[in-house]
Amino acid sequence: MNFKATKLTAAPYILWVLIFIIVPMALIAVFAFTTTVKVDSEGNVLSAEEVSVMEEELAEYNEENGTEEELQLDERTIFTLDNIFKVNDYLPVLFKSLWLAAIATAICLVIAYPMSFAISRGNANRQKVMIMLVMLPMWMNFLLRTYAWMTLLEKNGWINKFLSFLSIGPFQMINTQGAVVLGMVYNYLPFMILPLYSIMVKIQDTTLEASADLGANVFQTFSRVILPLSMPGIATGITMVFVPAISTFIISRMLGGGTNLLIGDLIDLQFLGNAYNPNLGAAISLVLMAFILLCMSITNQLDNEDNIEGVLL
Amino acid sequence: MENKNKIIELKNITKQFGGEMVLDHISLDIHDKEFLTLLGPSGCGKTTTLRIIGGFTNPDSGDVMFNGKRINDVPPYKRELNTIFQKYALFPHLNVFDNIAFGLRVAKTPKKEIERRVMEMIDIVELEGFEKRNVERLSGGQQQRVAIARALVNNPKVLLLDEPLGALDLKLRKDMQIELKKIQRRMSITFVYVTHDQEEALTMSDTVVVMNEGIIQQIGTPQDIYNEPVNAFVANFIGESNILPGIMHRDYFVEFAGSNFDCIDKGFGEMEEVDVVVRPEDIELSEATPDTLNGVVETITFKGVHYEMIIRVGSDIWLVHSTKSAKVGEIVAMNIAPDSIHVMKKSAMPKISRYTLNEEGQTTLAEGAVNEL
Repeated sequence: MNFKATKLTAAPYILWVLIFIIVPMALIAVFAFTTTVKVDSEGNVLSAEEVSVMEEELAEYNEENGTEEELQLDERTIFTLDNIFKVNDYLPVLFKSLWLAAIATAICLVIAYPMSFAISRGNANRQKVMIMLVMLPMWMNFLLRTYAWMTLLEKNGWINKFLSFLSIGPFQMINTQGAVVLGMVYNYLPFMILPLYSIMVKIQDTTLEASADLGANVFQTFSRVILPLSMPGIATGITMVFVPAISTFIISRMLGGGTNLLIGDLIDLQFLGNAYNPNLGAAISLVLMAFILLCMSITNQLDNEDNIEGVLL
Repeated sequence: MENKNKIIELKNITKQFGGEMVLDHISLDIHDKEFLTLLGPSGCGKTTTLRIIGGFTNPDSGDVMFNGKRINDVPPYKRELNTIFQKYALFPHLNVFDNIAFGLRVAKTPKKEIERRVMEMIDIVELEGFEKRNVERLSGGQQQRVAIARALVNNPKVLLLDEPLGALDLKLRKDMQIELKKIQRRMSITFVYVTHDQEEALTMSDTVVVMNEGIIQQIGTPQDIYNEPVNAFVANFIGESNILPGIMHRDYFVEFAGSNFDCIDKGFGEMEEVDVVVRPEDIELSEATPDTLNGVVETITFKGVHYEMIIRVGSDIWLVHSTKSAKVGEIVAMNIAPDSIHVMKKSAMPKISRYTLNEEGQTTLAEGAVNEL
């Protein structure tokens, strides 16, 4: 009786997972491993050259006879690994995305860690105000925030205007990798601070006092108590920053210009852009997903108690 | 006890939090190897005093001395003492063994020695077989033992304990009281123990320091504190008592509750107004006669070893513990032996520490402190 009730109550969630997670993932996989080809009347697969030859022939025929017939060929979806192999051509973009996202994540961690710790040691009211301030930019539209950075970083933007006032510059800031990283750090910093803060606020003052009481100085207390206790927050924060950063396409497009394409832009182009090829787009995102899973499994090792000493060394 | 070395001295310590005086010119000597308890209601400043000794709170003024050296500016991690915190403050990411080994590892003790000393402590606190256990999966009593082991493994000269038994149930608390006392004797180190539980203080301590509102009210042995409270606060806080206004006619003769009594106190002014303390268990009930102090039994409650009675004498309410039973409404006589009557000065002025009085050179300072009050 009880068991049945549990199954029944879980049904909506299972349905949700099925419709919005399992099915889309399966579709992506199907797209990635298939391609649409044209076949002739006997069912033989035609290569692209054969199709173009047929099209030329038909065009000549139409011209001679003044007709407007169109090539009538059946389409068939076939299994292929071509898309996956084609991702090979885009590996440099993938690695650049990984690299920039890693840098942005590292900068976020360096900024957020001491900040979160400071917030978590304040009194309850101050904590509330500080967390509000951290989240405040998130209430503004993502595009607008990034657009604001464009006006700041432009050649005739506010920063260069200010610098020229001091007779320095102007510097090329927009359309650089640095601008892309800056955009990532700015947009995703709260996602690093919040998990870190929520873990650190649970570290009791007396735990730190106990450490001092047992002879540990500030550095020893940090490495032996604070750091290991905040590891879960670090792991979560890294995930929450790294994953959106590696797959972003808005930030790179607005702040990176056309020259700093990231893997997210590439996928975007395959689905919505001129290069329309959903099969290749699916293949790229599948490979990206594999990379992210790999990175996350490394990150999750941070959370594993046995490895803490190893990380410290 | 009297002639041992002073290991910790607090000299004229004051501390304010948000304009509120938490410690008001506290002076206290703690002697080597004694079990000293800071006793008082919450907010009396006992925990602040302990935190000042531990180095977690800085006094606004006054000196903290350790073995004759001023340690006000020495950070906690350099002080040769260890603390057992109120809620143990164990490290949740470390198992039992690693918690206990923390201090030794920080001190870069050789691995072999860590192993030996930790296992020795585990043996003392009877936690064999729990070495690899996650501390959060231990019972309150076991966590308590880990906290004790974690502190004692460092061989501190002084152990500070901040209400360490507060979170335990009654039975476990009683066992741990005996356990702690045993450990203190066995390792012969100084314990400074903070509690609001007067029974705990009386059971375990060599010296009890009663505090209230940031002022030391009385310092003495448990017997002193119980039998000769210096003021109404101490008398009330240490056990139940009847406190009545009285007049000291002359030495060894006091009037209260409308009757005259012989007593064993002296040194008061003639006809001086005083407070008189009579412990409920020191009142003997008998048949009422015209010459005795008589009262009407208002309530009677069976408490196991004794009956607890509320007896009305005129407008006064008396609390009496007696092994004899009585009926509600019955008129009984209350007999009080001269040595059961404790006469106290009316004012709440704290008595000067007996230690401080015994030490030459300290007397003037202590008197100065008292005069300020």
